[in-house]
Amino acid sequence: MTRILGVLGLLSILYTVLKFTHPNATSFGNLIDVANYQGRYGLITLGAALVIIIGGIDLSIGSAVGCSAVLFGVLIHKGVHPFAAVVSVVHFGATLGLINGLLITRLKLQPFLVTLCGMFIVRGVARLIGAPVSGTVGTEKVLAVHPEFRGAIESLRYALIGKDETGELLFPMQFVLLLVAAVAVGFFLHRTAYGRYWYAIGHSELAAKYAGVNVNRHRLAVYVACSALASLVGVLLFLNEPSVQSDNAGAGWELYAILGAVLGGCSLRGGEGTAVGMVLGAMVLPVIESIVNFRGEKSDVIPFIVGLTLLAGTIIDELIRRRSRVSR
Amino acid sequence: MSKLRLEVRGARKQFPGVLALDGVSLALAPGEVLAVVGENGAGKSTLMKIVAGVYTPDAGAVELDGAPVRFADPASAIAAGVVLIHQELNLAENLTVADNLFLGRELTRGGFLRALDRRAMNARTADLLARVGLPAERAFERVERLPPGEKQLVEIARALGTDVRVLIMDEPTSSLTQKETDQLYVVIDALKAAGVSVLYISHRLAEVKRVADRVVVLRDGRNAGELAKSEITHDNMVRLMVGRDLKQFYPKVKRTGTGGDAVLELRGVTFRGGPAHPVSLEVRAGEILGTAGLVGAGRTELSEAVFGVRALTGGEVLIGGAPARISSPAEAIVAGVLLVPEDRRLHGLVLAESVGFNLALPNLDRLGSLFGVQRKAERELHQTWIDRLRVKTPSAAQPVGLLSGGNQQKVVYGKWLARGPRVLILDEPTRGVDVGAKAEIYALIDELAGSGVAVWMITSDMEELLGMSDRVVVMHEGAIAGELSRDALSEEAVMRLATGGTGT
Repeated sequence: MTRILGVLGLLSILYTVLKFTHPNATSFGNLIDVANYQGRYGLITLGAALVIIIGGIDLSIGSAVGCSAVLFGVLIHKGVHPFAAVVSVVHFGATLGLINGLLITRLKLQPFLVTLCGMFIVRGVARLIGAPVSGTVGTEKVLAVHPEFRGAIESLRYALIGKDETGELLFPMQFVLLLVAAVAVGFFLHRTAYGRYWYAIGHSELAAKYAGVNVNRHRLAVYVACSALASLVGVLLFLNEPSVQSDNAGAGWELYAILGAVLGGCSLRGGEGTAVGMVLGAMVLPVIESIVNFRGEKSDVIPFIVGLTLLAGTIIDELIRRRSRVSR
Repeated sequence: MSKLRLEVRGARKQFPGVLALDGVSLALAPGEVLAVVGENGAGKSTLMKIVAGVYTPDAGAVELDGAPVRFADPASAIAAGVVLIHQELNLAENLTVADNLFLGRELTRGGFLRALDRRAMNARTADLLARVGLPAERAFERVERLPPGEKQLVEIARALGTDVRVLIMDEPTSSLTQKETDQLYVVIDALKAAGVSVLYISHRLAEVKRVADRVVVLRDGRNAGELAKSEITHDNMVRLMVGRDLKQFYPKVKRTGTGGDAVLELRGVTFRGGPAHPVSLEVRAGEILGTAGLVGAGRTELSEAVFGVRALTGGEVLIGGAPARISSPAEAIVAGVLLVPEDRRLHGLVLAESVGFNLALPNLDRLGSLFGVQRKAERELHQTWIDRLRVKTPSAAQPVGLLSGGNQQKVVYGKWLARGPRVLILDEPTRGVDVGAKAEIYALIDELAGSGVAVWMITSDMEELLGMSDRVVVMHEGAIAGELSRDALSEEAVMRLATGGTGT
């Protein structure tokens, strides 16, 4: 609860700063633009947070996003109908999660190492499948080959991103998607037995096992969910951007996702976190980016500011925790 | 008694919400072993930590060899010759024994580089190891490779290296085998002879009887009484600890103990990581089958195989007369075979979560459906078991890790009782549990057996084994060494079988 208040406080400070940064910064146009990115990062944050709650980590999220975006483009390029391509890409993502999960649960490899290797391998796959289209996919590029898909792609973009045919953002549908997904995650986490099992696994895998929880099956399911969400975000990335490069699309996003999860109250030791916190945590980064942009500074300072903000948050959080802990 | 080595007068310590010590006094002569006993929460640990400089008292005085002292931290206590050996040993597992003995006070050749003087340290190491009865070649062994008993001895050797005057041992034998415990007694005797005073904390009253020259009993942060050597008996200690007589400490009220049909039957069972020879035994409805054996006899491993943690490699397990295939704890639980594990903090409870969370965890499938846990039904389950087991907790939302050992153990029992066991496997059912809660747990076990549950109790506590078992199976090096009926049950008979002798 204090964590949620904390990140709410941080968000209100950031939005206030944003307001005074530039007259246009809190215009409807910019706010929905920020929300658009918040939705995108939020979806991968949900996946990353679930993995963190069960005591794992997934470093392959960014590569999965990029690879899925490229795969989506390449599939349409090859004549697959965009609707069918969405289904295929999410399947592909689920398969990536299954492979991660099986390596972790069956071979008992460390999640950090498995998904670190996955990060490189999946990025490699993205570049290999992107090579025939010279490493770049994009809406106009595929439509040049298959003009018959214009309608399908534009309706997908309208429904999932909220952008019209000119590319103008009308409504932040990605944020709506985030809320829908967060409600589903929250239901599982806080209302069903599965959520209890995940918290138990995160805190103490052995105690969960001895209480009759099928630990491996649950860990597997969570890795699958995480990668499937990442691949969905890959589709969204393709639809949102004019073009996507196989060598850098989504690169480093796993860290944004982990950052959002931690800001939202997930402990990297596992067993802690709430759905509300995840959403709020994921909202922080896009606001910071917007502030930096409106101050007219180069985007080069973004990593610096992000790192500093998180460090300050971590220090404040630790100080609060120390004060509230009953000293014995 | 000549001059006192250590004297504590009117020690008082207040923590937020708890008065841990309320004017406790004790005196310790040179070369004396003084046992401090009391239930969990009686203030033993706090008192020891005050003596060892971990805490400073709010009021009261501590005198060492007649001079008042007030240690600011453990380092200054150690410098003055007062060393506390924690229950969880504080050794650097990845370093060698010799490195550990000198950790933080390495002998150097001096100078800016502080180059280690290996030769001097090795000579001193050999001397220290000899004093605790460890072979000299242990010096270069990494600590993690030593058995628990030897680690304990290394801790003592380290204390000896600081010219210790008062050695405080907190539950030193909790993870030791009988042989290692005996070795510890020998070392304690040697320490006494060398004039070292020992403060000895233990729940194992039989052990206190063996080792202590005098006993100080604490209750609710106050002195409850003191027993001279000749007065140290189990009954006297328990009476002072709980402030009343425990007539039915090991009750046999609800059960007949003659046993009905075999509910759990092992036929020639072998399991992964276990011994080659197959094990057979049966546990009958309504009886308590005790299983004794030295640490390492394979009792815990056998129970883990039955509970589905270890894979069976041969033989079969029958439950209620029908062959059961159990390959995971989840399947064991469905079959009604429930385990109260030896290490409750690791296997028994999700410590960071609440009392209610832990009570409900294995029972969620019975609270509505897995897709929607009914909150009302869950709250009822919490309240039912907190009340029935008299778990001392402010609420169901209290993190279980903050409860005392006895109350934690009650939560472990509660989560299984809520399910209704057919076979209840108890591995060290009262380890780290204070006397009052112990009596309650024994009454509970008796009641369960009385209601027809087959209870299989694995224990290293001889009094508990003799007091509670209707029948005893003794294991030795992974095999059943013999079975003893209630009439044939005695400490000698158990130890003879446990050490590889033949039964009578």
